[in-house]
Amino acid sequence: MGRMLLKGGRVVDPVNGIDDLRDVLIVEGRIARVDRGLAAEPGDEVIECDGMVVAPGFVDMHVHLREPGREDKETIQTGGQAAAAGGFTSLACMPNTQPVNDDQSVTEFITAQARRKSPVRVYPIGAITKGLKGEELSEIGELVRLGCVGISDDGLPVASGFIMRKALEYARMFDVPVINHAQDLSLSDGGVMNEGFYSTVLGLRGMSAVAEETMIFRDILLTGLTHGRLHVPHISTARSLDLVREARARGIDVTCEVTPHHFSLTDESVCGYDTNTKMNPPLRSEEDRAAIVAAIKDGTIDAVASDHAPHCQEEKEVEYDVAPFGVVGLETSVLLGLDRLVGAGHINMKRFVELYATQPARILKLPAGTLSPGAAGDITILSATRETTVDPSTFRSKSRNTPFAGWKLKGAVVRTIVGGRVVFPEAVEGTRATSRTSH
Amino acid sequence: MQLRSPHLLGIESLTPEEIALILDTAESFAEISQREIKKVPTLRGQTVINLFFEPSTRTRTSFELAEKRLSADSLNFSAGTSSVVKGETLLDTARNLEAMNPDFIVMRHGMPGAPHFLSRVCRSSIVNAGDGSHEHPTQALLDAYTIRNKKGKIGGLKIVIVGDILHSRVVRSNLFLWQKLGADVTVVGPTTLMPPCIERLGCRVSHRIDEAVEGADVIMMLRIQMERQGKGYFPSVREYFSLFGLTEERVRRASPDVIIMHPGPINRGVEIASSVADGPYSVILDQVTNGIAVRMAVLYLLAGGGEREMAA
Repeated sequence: MGRMLLKGGRVVDPVNGIDDLRDVLIVEGRIARVDRGLAAEPGDEVIECDGMVVAPGFVDMHVHLREPGREDKETIQTGGQAAAAGGFTSLACMPNTQPVNDDQSVTEFITAQARRKSPVRVYPIGAITKGLKGEELSEIGELVRLGCVGISDDGLPVASGFIMRKALEYARMFDVPVINHAQDLSLSDGGVMNEGFYSTVLGLRGMSAVAEETMIFRDILLTGLTHGRLHVPHISTARSLDLVREARARGIDVTCEVTPHHFSLTDESVCGYDTNTKMNPPLRSEEDRAAIVAAIKDGTIDAVASDHAPHCQEEKEVEYDVAPFGVVGLETSVLLGLDRLVGAGHINMKRFVELYATQPARILKLPAGTLSPGAAGDITILSATRETTVDPSTFRSKSRNTPFAGWKLKGAVVRTIVGGRVVFPEAVEGTRATSRTSH
Repeated sequence: MQLRSPHLLGIESLTPEEIALILDTAESFAEISQREIKKVPTLRGQTVINLFFEPSTRTRTSFELAEKRLSADSLNFSAGTSSVVKGETLLDTARNLEAMNPDFIVMRHGMPGAPHFLSRVCRSSIVNAGDGSHEHPTQALLDAYTIRNKKGKIGGLKIVIVGDILHSRVVRSNLFLWQKLGADVTVVGPTTLMPPCIERLGCRVSHRIDEAVEGADVIMMLRIQMERQGKGYFPSVREYFSLFGLTEERVRRASPDVIIMHPGPINRGVEIASSVADGPYSVILDQVTNGIAVRMAVLYLLAGGGEREMAA
């Protein structure tokens, strides 16, 4: 592996306080230098980045790859390709596979399969409890030793306060966050959308915001008690965000992520009963959506994560009540962030890169999210001005369940580079430098 | 004037003019059911499939009679006797029925939005005969027809609807309709059976039936499903009846010419006293009679008919 020079882009690297026109030199798959006027040597792969944003490779910390078990929906290969096309160089995958990733053989399979098949880096998240049953802790030490970067029972909330407490205490020894889907099932059982005006109009069973908030409150109190580390996935209500703010003010170690659909859509989108608007947590009210945008701006929300949840067409082409929860997101997440957050003027590019790269890498302690010399040569190159139309037929993902089909979004993923190799677009390289040029 | 959509999925998407068109058309059809030969050739050669995924006697019979009196060929398909029990999806069921080229599918389904889904994948006209807790448009139309018949108008009337507001499709369709026509509406029921933000559909909310029925022109009672008892919605039928049941004493608080309505089937002694259900102000059986004319009007208009070329 040789040298790659990214010339003339707007380099945004919050870790090193850079937001300026720079060149980036990658040597042997690692960042060598970030500076002005770097010269290409013969044989260097040169990518002209005029007018582009050059950022540390993006990290999607909440993805369902479905392999092993439901390879008809997604595989580690197709999910990895979707991530690359969406501008991500690393992803963390949830343990709700079949079998569940609660055991070293599954973790080893995922990491080995990722090395063989995925163009991007894949970090497994292990199960908090065996079989995601919420009863007995899985072998968390073993899972972390083999590469798991966090623990979660994914869509199944840990209902028992005792088990959640023990998970927070036990995970402290391995410095991984406990990621608990916040939902009191007794309050939301049977619900298929947000409880509110639109659930009343549509006659669909609602899930109240309180079902999420009570669980977050419990988890925050337990985190304070145990000095553990809590990460709240796909936070979705205004009060949940207040709870996180209040916890931080008390010095409790809690982080949170939001999905692009929760900052882009509201429960009004359910009108028409399109099952691609059915996800858990559900799309919330406009007040909640506005509170999410405010929390993205003020820093309460640490990261954006897609909660990429591929489902087959025939599973979604059913009555709303019986359709599975979830939408794909790897190939629309960055575009929605560029359009809805940056384009709309809510945040600047530095904050955008923090949300998509720096912070998720920090929460999961991944060797990513920075362009410091010696760091992995993982780069996302974006256009903030080019328009992209979301066309599910072009998705690399095996599934098409998106509510954003046909959306025109200002922004584009231009190149995704992993370890100094272009992984998106596939089989596209920069030009080879033939002679020394200097600036 | 004609209806804008080939489907009747709900009241929410209808204009006040379309509602008036359906009610006016129903008036011309009502006379047919009084004739010795209760049949006109309006839908001769057209096929209607009554696709019922939930048990229903009243609505299905009413549609079937409406279809027969319009000379349509109709057939009943109920979930218990079909491949649905073998695990066929709604989409496949719909595609199979479509392959037989029906002109209408009248559907009753336990899940909200099921007819909307069908309307996206079928060429036939879809008529919603009740989808879960969402809408039951022909019920609201026959209720409106009955009110208009008895009162001469709907706008400005004081209407009270009492019962399980949370789970009722009849409530939603009626609220959409009454809001469009400008009635003064109060919904009454236990706090545990009241959906959030219901007042945004243009009604007041009350938990005291005695106050709510004061001076009412129309009182509509809803069936209370026994299975809600003991699931946290209300503690006992006995207490429900004492708090919300319609008794003669309560009727006396209403306007002297009040009419009492109920979409049926009624539970005597649960939500309504027998003497009220059978009393002189009760129009419960008129509702059933009017249902046929209203459903004839709906099918006729969906088939492309307009009020000027009335074939009756």
